Amino acid sequence: MQDSILLSVKNLKKSYGNHKAVDDISFDIKKGTIFGLLGPNGAGKSTLLRMVTGIFHQDSGEILMDGKPFDGLQHTDLIGYMPEERGLYKKMKVGEHILYLAKLKGLKGEVATQRAKYWVERLQMGSWWNKKVEDLSKGMSQKLQFVATVIHDPKLLILDEPFSGLDPVNANVIKEEIFRLAKEGTTIIFSTHRMEQVEEICDQIILVNLGKKLLDGSVEQVKQNFKEHIFTVATNDTIAQYPDFVEILEKNPKSIRFKATETDMPNKVLGHLIAQSNPIQSFQEHLPSLNDIFIRLVGTSPTARPFEAN
Amino acid sequence: MKTAIIIKREYLSRVKKRSFIITTLLLPILFIVFLFGTSYLAAKSTREKKVVVKDESGYFINKLKSSKTVLYSYSQEPIEGLKERLYNDSFTALIYIPAFNLDQKQKFQIYSNENLGTEVENNLNDQANNIVRGERIRIAGIDEQKYKDASTDMVTFDNIVGKEQKKGNTNLASIVGMASGFLLYLFMLLYGASVMTSVMEEKTNRIAEIIISSVKPFQLMMGKIVGVAMVGLTQVAIWVAFIAILAMVAMPLLSNMQMDPEQARAISEQAMAGGDAGFAGKIATVMATGTLEGVNLLSVFGWFVFFFLGGYFLYAALFAAVGSLVNEGQQDAQQFSTIITLPIIFSFVIMTTAIKDPNSGLAVFGSIFPLTSPIVMMARIPFDVPASQLIISVVCLIAGFVLTTLLAAKIYRTGILMYGKKITMKEVGKWLFRKS
Repeated sequence: MQDSILLSVKNLKKSYGNHKAVDDISFDIKKGTIFGLLGPNGAGKSTLLRMVTGIFHQDSGEILMDGKPFDGLQHTDLIGYMPEERGLYKKMKVGEHILYLAKLKGLKGEVATQRAKYWVERLQMGSWWNKKVEDLSKGMSQKLQFVATVIHDPKLLILDEPFSGLDPVNANVIKEEIFRLAKEGTTIIFSTHRMEQVEEICDQIILVNLGKKLLDGSVEQVKQNFKEHIFTVATNDTIAQYPDFVEILEKNPKSIRFKATETDMPNKVLGHLIAQSNPIQSFQEHLPSLNDIFIRLVGTSPTARPFEAN
Repeated sequence: MKTAIIIKREYLSRVKKRSFIITTLLLPILFIVFLFGTSYLAAKSTREKKVVVKDESGYFINKLKSSKTVLYSYSQEPIEGLKERLYNDSFTALIYIPAFNLDQKQKFQIYSNENLGTEVENNLNDQANNIVRGERIRIAGIDEQKYKDASTDMVTFDNIVGKEQKKGNTNLASIVGMASGFLLYLFMLLYGASVMTSVMEEKTNRIAEIIISSVKPFQLMMGKIVGVAMVGLTQVAIWVAFIAILAMVAMPLLSNMQMDPEQARAISEQAMAGGDAGFAGKIATVMATGTLEGVNLLSVFGWFVFFFLGGYFLYAALFAAVGSLVNEGQQDAQQFSTIITLPIIFSFVIMTTAIKDPNSGLAVFGSIFPLTSPIVMMARIPFDVPASQLIISVVCLIAGFVLTTLLAAKIYRTGILMYGKKITMKEVGKWLFRKS
């Protein structure tokens, strides 16, 4: 079961007038994995998610849930969706609000109460039950939204920028919950433009820009694909003679950073230093950060600026 | 099922609000204050007018009766001096009556600093003519008492309507018609606006997307509309109960102090004479004569509920659509909602003419055209509307609200998730004709 596919998106297209918001995107998500949907603002992430949640209907293409074509009536209750721009009814009480959203997801009264209590305790929100939503801080309402999203135990959890507005402590609490849910078998789509979070959390990613998919794969694989063969070697003693057969990017007294143009180059550099009886302290390859990769990929497009700004 | 959950929330969140309780209690009071208060205030606020009469003919001296609003006094001073005093604001008006021939038509002058108003003028006219008439009767040698007896009104008419020969009660009909039309007008505006602001709130505070990931936009929209409708019905039910209790307590009291017909006539005449505050006058007439016959209040109530729901559903859908188009700013809301409130206000205008002439072409058209029919037809119903017109009106209204709901759903579905840019009418038009 681990390797079976929960959600499969095939050649999905959606446009508003002449603007192609999502232009022929396909991907598969395995059960129990955390899937990163990345892209700059306006890349089409939200539109894509709205189609997956059944809010929008695609112009063409197919969405399969558990191998069956997506059907609003049958599948919406299996999905928990926390949109990027999210709000709550300000006049409702916290407990009331959680129960209301839980019931809209098809939970019956008693089960809803039981689960609401469980989650509220779990995230240390017990004392808020009778508070009005309007009295909550931004971080608190964020936690409330998270609870409302996961309360019906969705098979597919879709989180659009779940950490925005959270302080580091609460962000960590939510992150732990996400990991735990994934371990228990929930499939999670995690949409963001914050790359450092993706590297930490996601198993698999796709990058979209201007409605198109730019890359697809595991974080490790993507990094390998985009590596530039840059290595750093550090020594104990001052380097007497720098190697002249390699492109050195950075010369320091006790270390060098170089670009290997051939596969045996790192070994040659090490051999060169060892031959000088200079003890090697460390040797490592620099893999590009996802951020670097993405800036490289979308950097030329006009939307790159807001992307870098984040 | 999910729609029921939404209805429940929309209903409870409104009924529990303090403002609901307050408006429910306050509206009937305001209504009564509005009806009686205006005519009462009109009478009360007129300050006493001092009118000096210089009568050289002698016919009127000490015969003009002063009232609450006009105080007559008599003077023999020279007219020039009186005029000077008038313009110095010692009194309000000066009537100059020279010696005159009773057998010829006369025109006398009233000098005043400001316009006296029709009420004072009419009253003076009536009194003066009565005095002159009495004088002429006396000169002609007719016995005054015999004349009075002879000129009593002997004939009145009852309007028998339709084959069933029902006795029409025009006064009561127009009160009931006006009141229920006015209530519908208020409800459609108030509850329609309530639906609109609530949709706007859901959109601008971004809960809409969360809800819509669980239910269809149409369910959310209908849940809200139905929930608010139930709030309206609750309010009406409370009022009906209120009136019923009031009636049970008040009726025996009223029948105990059964007025004699003469007194009743006097009251109603007085009310009628109170200028054009006709509505309060009509109420006074009905209360005085004590007839609630001629209008089937129960069927009126039934129709009221139908036209309330029909009209409300028709407009609430449109208001919901408008709410979904609004972005942050209240200004677009104003602009769009004006388009919708216009026909409601228009219905109100047609209604006032329909009360005067329930079978005029405009009234008939207005009571069939679905945008105006709830209010206009409601005003006509107490006057007994031909069944054929009622049926057409009902069918048109149902078709009308089904149509507006479908159109509104198309706009709402897209509008509720459109953020950022201003939405133009052209785009809305496109959404309407797009297939789902």
